[in-house]
Formats: sequence, C-alpha cells, structure tokens
Amino acid sequence: MSVAVVGFAQSIGSVDLVPVFQRALANAGLERREVDFWCSGSSDYVVGRAFSFVSAVDAIGASPPICESHVEMDAAWALYEAYVKILAGEAETALVYGFGAASAGDIRRILALQLDPYTVAPLWPDAVSIAALQARAAIDAGVLSDVDLSDESDWVAPPIRVNHCAPVPDGAAAVVLAATERARQLRERPAWITGFAHRIDPQGLGERDLTTVPSATAAAAEADVAGVEVAELHAPYLHQGLLLRRAMGLGAKTRVTRRPAPMFAAGLARIGTAAEEILTGRSTVTLGHATSGPALQQNLVCVMRAEP
Amino acid sequence: MDVDSLTAPMTISFDYTRSLGPVLSRFMSGLRARRVLGARTSDGRVHVPPLEYDPVTHEPVTDLVEVAPVGTVVSGTTGWALVRLDGADTALLHRAAAGVSTGVRVRIRWAAVRRGHITDIEGFEPGDVSGTSGVPQAPSEDVTGIVTPITLEYTHTTSPGEGRYLRALQEGRITGRRCPVCRKVYVPPRICPVDGVHTEEIVEVADHGTITTFCVVNVPFAGQRLTPPYVVAQVLLDGADIPIPHLVTGIDAAEVRMGMRVAASWRDPAEWSTTPENIAHFEPSGEPDAPYETYAEHL
Repeated sequence: MSVAVVGFAQSIGSVDLVPVFQRALANAGLERREVDFWCSGSSDYVVGRAFSFVSAVDAIGASPPICESHVEMDAAWALYEAYVKILAGEAETALVYGFGAASAGDIRRILALQLDPYTVAPLWPDAVSIAALQARAAIDAGVLSDVDLSDESDWVAPPIRVNHCAPVPDGAAAVVLAATERARQLRERPAWITGFAHRIDPQGLGERDLTTVPSATAAAAEADVAGVEVAELHAPYLHQGLLLRRAMGLGAKTRVTRRPAPMFAAGLARIGTAAEEILTGRSTVTLGHATSGPALQQNLVCVMRAEP
Repeated sequence: MDVDSLTAPMTISFDYTRSLGPVLSRFMSGLRARRVLGARTSDGRVHVPPLEYDPVTHEPVTDLVEVAPVGTVVSGTTGWALVRLDGADTALLHRAAAGVSTGVRVRIRWAAVRRGHITDIEGFEPGDVSGTSGVPQAPSEDVTGIVTPITLEYTHTTSPGEGRYLRALQEGRITGRRCPVCRKVYVPPRICPVDGVHTEEIVEVADHGTITTFCVVNVPFAGQRLTPPYVVAQVLLDGADIPIPHLVTGIDAAEVRMGMRVAASWRDPAEWSTTPENIAHFEPSGEPDAPYETYAEHL
C-alpha cells in the first residue's frame, strides 16, 4: 500500500479551524464525512486553555462520533500517526491538523516546561537562550561561521539576533492523506510518501553534541533524501536551518526555506508546502521536515515523490 | 483582534511536587552539602547532571562519583552557560554571570540556604579553584522530593461569539447562536459540533428552563465556594438546544430531579459583569415538571 498527501491548507494569524478544514478538504476534493480518521497536534500550555484540543474537535463536526486522536507535539507527528493508521488498513483517508496561538502567553518561557523537570526546567531557561547555546557551540566548533549569522538586527541572546528567529504567529495547518486507490481518484498527481521517519536525541542538553543533529541525520537516512529538489525545513532559528541542512546531507540544489512557524502547526505546514510542489507539478521529489523539543532534539522527515 | 472579543489577564500556577529516585535523591542531597555528584556509566563516562539509567546497558545507574565545583564553559550566552565540571564528561546548564563565555574557567556560586534542589546552585561565575574535594560522604538524610513552583501568565481572549455572549450577560440577557445547517441553538455560542460550521444568527433564550440531569456535590475540594451538599445541574433553557451547567439551590438536594423546571436567580444588576456568575443560581420555578420527551434528546 502507498499513502499520499492529497490536500493542504494553512492559516497565519488565526487559529480558526473551520475555514482551514474547508479549504484542505476542497483542495483534496473530499467531503468532511468521507474522512476516516482525524488527528491533531497542539498544546494546552501554548494557548493557556485546558483541553483546548477537545474544543477544537467542534470544528470537525464530531456527531455522530468520529475516529480521532491527538498528540502534544507538532502536528507533523500526528501526520505520522495517521500515516501508520492508513498503512495498518484502519483508515483510507485522514485529515491531520495542528494549531497554536502563541500570542496568548510568553512562549519563550512556556517552552521551558518541555525541559528536564528536575535539573533544568526549575531554572526557567528561555527558548532563545537555549538555541543561542547551540549556535555559539556551532560557531566555536567551526561548523558555522560568524558570517553565517551576520546581520544588523538587535541581539536577543548572542549570537542570536532578532532576524535569526522565525516569527511565531498564531496559526493552523491541515493536511489530507489518502491510501493508494483513493489518492488516485482524488488527485491527478498525488504527493506519494516514499519515506517517513522520526528520531529523537537525548533529553540532556549537555549529553549531546549540539553542533550535530544525529536524530535529523538518522531520520533523513531512513526516509531516503536522494534526489530531493525542494526541502521545506522547520527551523525556528537561522543557525538551525544550517545545521539541519548539513545533518541531512541536502545537496546544493536543494532549496531550503524559512517561513513563519506557528506553534504545533509549523512542521505540518512544511510537509504540506512540500507536498504542494508535487501536487501542482512544480517538482518531482520534495522533503518536509519538522522539529520539536529544545535545540532540535526531535526531528521528523517526510519525503514525497510524484511516483509511489 | 475582533471588536467583539474580550480579553483578561490569566495566571495559572501550581507547585509541582516530584519524588526523586535513588540517583537524583543523592544528587540533590549532594548539592545541599555543596557537592556535585555525577553518574558513572558502564563506558566510564561521568554524567552531570546524572543519568538514572545507563544509555548503553539500560541498567539502573548506581555508581555516583564526586566532581569538582569548577569547570570549563562549553557554550555560553547572556545569563546562561553549559559547563563541563572537572571530572565530568557532560555539561551542566545553569545561570551564568557576566564574562562567562566559551573556554572560560568558572566555579559554582552556591546558594546561601540550600534545600536539595538544582537552585542550590545560584549559577557559574569566573574563577578557578582546581582539584576535586574527595570521596563524598553518604548524606545522613537524603532529600527524597523537590517542589517546583510553575507560574505562567496569559492574556485570555474570547472568540467574537463568546465576547458578544458575555456582553449580553452583562445586560441581563442570555443569548445563543443558531447553526445555519441544523438550526440548533447553542448557548454559549460555539462552532456547531455536528456540522462543523460557525454559528452566526444570535438568538435570545429564556432565563428559565428544565433540569436535564444533575449531581449532588458531597466532596469538599480546594477553592470550593459552597458548603456541600449542593446541586450542580444541566439546565436546558427554553429556546436553547444544549444545556448549561449551573447551581440549583432553594430546595433540598434530595428533592432535585430530572425534568424539574427552574428559573435563574439574578444578582443585583449593580453587580453585573461579563460573566455567567451574574446568575447566582437557579431555583424551582413552581411549574409542573417537563415531560421526559421534551428533554430526552439533550441528555
């Protein structure tokens, strides 16, 4: 069996899921009731609302009951769950969505709660400072140069400057998946997922070499990035895009884009954007990447091709 | 932001109490005694902070060794540093004083009062006191748990629909919105959970209705405002298709029943705000009970 991306939509500035679902389903040519499995990624801590993923289910229209699941991670990992669900034969179609409204709180502080709860989180290191420790280590190790990070904008946490940080607007994204025959019915040129893998590096920031990204290297190797023409990388900071490109062995012809990164939707949106390259006939091999955790701790790679 | 939306500051706060396993218990107890213990794993590497399980053999770590309170900065930024203490093979993240950058020799600045917590270390400051302080003594009373207060501040913003609902409450009116597809009226307004569309038409509903179901609260809990036993009921307001939860008083808890007709008891209008608490509670209206069929669909 093969699984393909057949639809995608995103919104920047709003977490209203209703229009995002409508656009993604219209893009796929699928009716809401034809979706076999719904899966989402979000975090109550980001939006400051208990069970926010439950109220989000309203936008699905969940009566009569639907088949639904959720991950407290970027929705790219929800996409992986849906992908496995389809491969297991338990669904033929799936809609995966992610949303995050970082504007509700201080996201750089909130992200401290994903750190070791005994020896790190109680210190409240902010997310940019942790990324800065990685960038500094990469420069000192000669992996990056000061030139790579040259910029005139203000310091946030040296060597990270304002312009190095991808904006974190409120936003949402949705991707529609379909199994072999269904995908062929729905789209002339589905974006076939030919490689999909995710890996994780150790939790301790001092336990790993921050200048290499072994989890990205391993995920890229398993997903097989050979021939990738467009790589959509989820890089919250400039230096992370550079480290990822190196870790994943992406060639010079690969386009690496940096875009606004709404919490818990950004990685899924990277995959959706890479899929669109194939759906529209602009490319034949593309890659969508997502990261989660501090300093690129977890990485997911989804390779899509015009042929299954 | 939509003009109809309302915003309010919201602080959430909780003291997380975490028990410590044998490794972190000894590590935290060591900090209290101004000693830093690392975990030695099967490959001979010493990890600070300590690992609880060996990443190679997956066996529990039992070999803790003392490392120096001085070390070398592996990476630093304003206010923070990763420091490899002398005798350790991994780096510890902590706060850092000015002048702490890669390669600089630093020492731990201990907190004056220590309790067995990572904050027993205040941070790193430039300085080089060489040598380790010898084999550790087993602390007589190990720390077995830590308390970590977590506080986060948000600006809570309502949806435009919620905002208009709350503003109407301030005027003593209860409003819902009708789904353009199934025609059901939702109070408070929400996306139609059946059709997955926004509800737009604003519908005023009555301030009286029918108890569809209820529970008698007998359990005391932190922050409770009423003395148990008291009744929390689902009230299906006349004109609405979904019940709202509220308090029912003015009647013995044992007398409350499904189908009972109740009416809102509003507070003094001078106290009204953008909140359902403008209604103090519901109480029996004296009407005959509603037939089961009238609310069966709403259970």
